[in-house]
Amino acid sequence: MSGFTAIWLSQIVAIVGGTVYPGDGTKLEQATVIIEGKSITAVGPSVPVPPGATVIDAKGQIVTPGLFDPYTHLGLVEIEAIEETNDIDSGEPDSIRAAQLAAESYNPDSSVIPVQRAHGVTTVLIAPEGGLVGGQAAIVDLDRDGGRPGVVSSSVGMVAYFGGSVAPSRGALLLTLRELFDDARAYAKNKAAFDKNQYRRLSTSKRDLEALQPVVQGRLPLLIHVNRRVDIESVIAFAAEQKVKLVLVGATEAWTVAEALARTHIPVILDPVENAPEDFDRYHARADNAALLEKAGVPVMLSTFSAHNVRKLRQWAGNAVREGMTQAGALRAVTSLPAEVFGLKDHGRLAAGQVANVVVWSGDPFELSTVARRVFIRGRDVGTDHRQKALLDRYRTLPLQK
Amino acid sequence: MQKPLWIAPLLMTALVACTGAEKKDPAALVDEGPLLLDPAVEPEPTPMETLPVASAVLLRGATVMTANGVTHTPGWVRLRDGKIHSLGAGAGPEVEANERVVEAQGKFVTPGLIDTHSHLGVYASPGVWAHSDGNEMTSPITSGVRAEDAVWPQDPGIERAVKGGVTTMQVLPGSGNLMGGRGVILKLHPFREARAMRFPGAKDTLKMACGENPKRVYGRDKGSMPMSRMGSIYLMRQKWADARRYKLKWDQWRKKPYELKEGKKVPINPPERDLTLETMAGVLAGDILAQIHCYRADEMLMQLRLAREFGWKVRSFHHAVEAYKIRDVLAAEGVSVSTWADWWGFKIEAWDAVEQNLALLQEAGARAIVHTDSPEGIQRMNQEAAKGLAAGREAGIGLTEDQALRWITANPAWALGIDEKVGTLEVGKHADVVVWDAHPFSVYTHAEKVFVDGHLRFDRQAPPRKPWSDFEVTK
Repeated sequence: MSGFTAIWLSQIVAIVGGTVYPGDGTKLEQATVIIEGKSITAVGPSVPVPPGATVIDAKGQIVTPGLFDPYTHLGLVEIEAIEETNDIDSGEPDSIRAAQLAAESYNPDSSVIPVQRAHGVTTVLIAPEGGLVGGQAAIVDLDRDGGRPGVVSSSVGMVAYFGGSVAPSRGALLLTLRELFDDARAYAKNKAAFDKNQYRRLSTSKRDLEALQPVVQGRLPLLIHVNRRVDIESVIAFAAEQKVKLVLVGATEAWTVAEALARTHIPVILDPVENAPEDFDRYHARADNAALLEKAGVPVMLSTFSAHNVRKLRQWAGNAVREGMTQAGALRAVTSLPAEVFGLKDHGRLAAGQVANVVVWSGDPFELSTVARRVFIRGRDVGTDHRQKALLDRYRTLPLQK
Repeated sequence: MQKPLWIAPLLMTALVACTGAEKKDPAALVDEGPLLLDPAVEPEPTPMETLPVASAVLLRGATVMTANGVTHTPGWVRLRDGKIHSLGAGAGPEVEANERVVEAQGKFVTPGLIDTHSHLGVYASPGVWAHSDGNEMTSPITSGVRAEDAVWPQDPGIERAVKGGVTTMQVLPGSGNLMGGRGVILKLHPFREARAMRFPGAKDTLKMACGENPKRVYGRDKGSMPMSRMGSIYLMRQKWADARRYKLKWDQWRKKPYELKEGKKVPINPPERDLTLETMAGVLAGDILAQIHCYRADEMLMQLRLAREFGWKVRSFHHAVEAYKIRDVLAAEGVSVSTWADWWGFKIEAWDAVEQNLALLQEAGARAIVHTDSPEGIQRMNQEAAKGLAAGREAGIGLTEDQALRWITANPAWALGIDEKVGTLEVGKHADVVVWDAHPFSVYTHAEKVFVDGHLRFDRQAPPRKPWSDFEVTK
């Protein structure tokens, strides 16, 4: 039944004549993108428009994959200072919260979401915050999927923290992490004894130990917040010793260890406008962190690290380019690279078989005068309206007519 | 009785310092001089550091955006003795001896940018508790404290602001208190003390705050007043009433600083100084400009009524994300609005933001200002103005680039009472000038050269200089 409904509702959209950036570093002039149902079925300069297709004239406009912010709190908070609307940090006294899922706090109906979509963001990673091991990050498309919340993957990484403000000392922090990972492995080998209370005490709960299994097996990356050079070096050494996969988050001083990161293919998520010594872990912050890492061959992703201001992602990418990152690299950093790093084969590019997250822009997506004209998520034209625009309409003329 | 000898030189200083001021020297009214305790005639000593004279510069070949309704393509600007000597359209005058020429073909020249809302220096980087000097949150009314007394001129953020094209900023106390204290307007020179950075002749300001912050800091976190908006307005109203009486006492003393005894004018001591009320009395007198942190439309209207009740003026509302709802009133009252292009939603009073706040204010004839409140934002004020411009145009609001440029130049200058000296490219104004390597409203554009009072404080084309901040000195 549902299959039939999907076919019956399946619409064909042809975005015609635009300059298409598929997200792989190439550029197609006067190309066509065909969307059928939830997927892209064809992309190219000489693709015919299927009969019955809704045609969108994109002449003089730019077509890109939907932007993908690889580290946000979107949908986890309505108003930060109103605690009952804020699910970013569970606030547990327990510093190990590995079993916590951001996906289970996600509100797909948050009125903050359409504000971000209107600036071309279609997909985000959502991360829980707090503790030493904060829980599991998810990836969501910013539209409900039929009746479901739009979660693409409910576990793409384990959030953790490393640095000066996390624990009394770095040594203590590494010790805690080592004990935790030892315990996760010990638990896996001695589950039966543990369940019968015939095993030594372990440092966290059963659910947390279960949740850590894919991490210690090297399948689920540790998304680790780390900024100081020596801390990055410690984390790399720790990951090698534990055979754990890493994604660096924040990574303010990553440019100092660019070659090591490139050699070990460790991806980095950074804020491209961070350029000041805001704390002692970020003493050597510099504006061209992304550019230097890109040049060294490190997979660099760009993020706003925000909820309400995810819409700034394109401005942030533009600033990365201003400081020396390549235009193609910056576009990849907010489209295809996060999809690749987090194993989403059908996201991040404009190509046949990809989920139809597509944006038609009035011009260069990073430029401040550019507007997102059309935003498609999973093939649906989600529009660019939101509560702020409704307020604008309401107050467009004074005195107010309610 | 003879006048004591020591009073004479002091009196001289006082009279010199008073030149141009409206106030009469009370000492002149009496037969025997009063004790010189009047703050108006007892100025603070001058700074310990002064600015050398700048060398002459001719900028030419660029698109010159004056922020005064005119754009010259190409145009030229001549800087001399720290002032804008002349400017115009075309290739420009002959180069004079000892004049440095900046060939700026294809580039853009604008006035130096002005931020009405910064906490650089009082919340310096690194942001450790030891640098947290912007909120004296020990009492909800601390109008007597001054940002100037806490600004750390070594804040690494100051040089970064200059690199973003900023030449003047107002450093404000935070918004934890209803009356947080005096703000100070600084020229961005690498001096060793904030006092020397003070914008010459600029008035002080008073930072006030409505809404959530004071009631959170006091009511919620400390269980003391104000716990509610009722309490906030009560405390403010009571203090304004006190300030009126305080001002009256001083006004009376200044008018008649003596009593008649046996036909002789015998000096009487002035009233005691109360620094809290002195600042507020300064607002009542128009000597200190009111800068109010206020988000909600109804609360801004409340502050305007309070101002009318006690006879003072709001110079600028800050943050003011709901200003668009009352833009007709703000335009009519001549109040400026310092706001963001798109920062929002972190508090319920910041929930009703729209991207067209700046554009709607502009359209209504109110003075719209992009402020930053952020060490990151102050580095890209041009981008913030560009976003406000784009959002307005997208909504069909007719705006010119000159108007949007005024959001970060001329209008903030007005909010700080320094619009006759900075904020546009006009002859005689300070030589605060930015050369941009491309259009300032593009995301890819850098400030290439930044002149403050004619001094080249940043030059992207020159080899990197040593950092301004000692904190960033490394071996």
